[in-house]
Amino acid sequence: MSKFTESVVSEIKKDYIQKLLSQGSRLDGRGADEYRKIEIINNFVPRACGSALVKIGNTQVLVGVKIEPGEPFPDTPDTGVLSTNAELVPLASPTFEAGPPGEEAIELARVVDRGIRESKAVDLEKLIIKPGEQVWIVFVDIHVLDYDGNLFDASALGSIVALKNSIVPASKFNLGDDFPLPIVHYPSTVTFAKIGGNIVVDPNLDEENIAQARITVTTDELGHVHAIQKGLDGTFKIEEIKNTISMGMRIGNKLRNEYIIKGD
Amino acid sequence: MSGMKTDIKLIDENGKRIDGRTFDQIRPIKIEAGILERADGSAYIEWGGNKIIAAVYGPREVYPKHMQDPSKAVLRARYNMAAFSVDERKKPGPDRRSIELSMVISNALSSVVFLEQFPRTAIDVFIEVLQADAGTRIAGLTAASVALADAGIPMKDLIVGCAAGKVENTIVLDLNKEEDNFGQADLPVAIIPRTKEIVLFQMDGDMIEEEINRAMDMAINASLQIYELQKDALKRKYFNIVQEDELQ
Repeated sequence: MSKFTESVVSEIKKDYIQKLLSQGSRLDGRGADEYRKIEIINNFVPRACGSALVKIGNTQVLVGVKIEPGEPFPDTPDTGVLSTNAELVPLASPTFEAGPPGEEAIELARVVDRGIRESKAVDLEKLIIKPGEQVWIVFVDIHVLDYDGNLFDASALGSIVALKNSIVPASKFNLGDDFPLPIVHYPSTVTFAKIGGNIVVDPNLDEENIAQARITVTTDELGHVHAIQKGLDGTFKIEEIKNTISMGMRIGNKLRNEYIIKGD
Repeated sequence: MSGMKTDIKLIDENGKRIDGRTFDQIRPIKIEAGILERADGSAYIEWGGNKIIAAVYGPREVYPKHMQDPSKAVLRARYNMAAFSVDERKKPGPDRRSIELSMVISNALSSVVFLEQFPRTAIDVFIEVLQADAGTRIAGLTAASVALADAGIPMKDLIVGCAAGKVENTIVLDLNKEEDNFGQADLPVAIIPRTKEIVLFQMDGDMIEEEINRAMDMAINASLQIYELQKDALKRKYFNIVQEDELQ
């Protein structure tokens, strides 16, 4: 069971979901490899340098990007800095609590961060103001608004879309003209849940509550894999991992073409 | 992957790695069980340059109380790095990385412990990295499962793992520090050796599907070798106790 929620699912519902899955269908009528409806509102928060409100089914996540000048890390003096944070604010679920990020929020932020960072989505080498001294710092902040399952995909999708519509506010700091944040790759993230012996994509809250294991796969437009995270305390068979990577690639491509690259 | 650039050649023209290993060779590993006096169970592992101690306390009362589960024990692993364990001093205390690793390690161990036998209790697992040399999460997890067995906690099996990765476009087993810093991908895996079910799986970097599958198979095969070292460490502890008894 996901620690995100710790909420109780009745045994009857649990049995029902498992029975449906064994017959190849799901509570909300989807097939095992079928995603919920996705809706994206670009630039929802114009005050941010870039933003996106992503809805996957009833899950809603708002991602905002802020970019400001700062010092580079000493071990990478000639690249900009990317920093990703996630907040599970209590308005999004009765099971979320106020306070500093817990382990679930940290895992969420780190998995999203790895997808963006390892795919080299943002061309950080173009974010140097003064080599070794001043670079652009890109803050990606994930704000969960309504938690109905699959925060990983909603947050990752929101992040890449928000980055893609971000403008570096150079003029505000007297550092030349504003320019679009250089995005050179398009990572797409797909999460699966294992329930009983069945694997489903884009689990909703009921499915997440009874899932034994979870796996999140981030791929790019070249067919390369950049980040994988297995979650929860259940197990996967070797073949199941291999299959979810293939499926993650296929479904990720579809999401990328429809929601990330579209709008160029 | 930290994505740092280097001029160091990580694999030479004969296919040898900078520490002299071939692509499918693991570093030397030494495991010892029952090395701490106060803990209910403990283990020490040396894995390449890694030096890590794991200790188990419990089953014991849960604090804070609200964490207790009426149906089963809560297993809480805490992965912690000593300030001096890495090149640049690490600020003591949990950072985001160690919080994530504590979570994936807790999940992996929970999959084999019969938690339902100890409702309303905590089983605390403490992993202290004294010296880090890449692959600490897996080395810590491997030691932690020996410590759980040493504490006499009922388990389906031990948990064991190994990482594989990609260095200079070659899939290699068990990355060392240089390979971890300058390589292209890292893929830590941990399994239940009897069933080969996967309990921990992470990947970051740049790989294609076929490379991931190959790396995963290599890591699983290596894990099965390391499993023998774990069992041997546990047997050795009891062999030593029997010998001491006979001497008295």
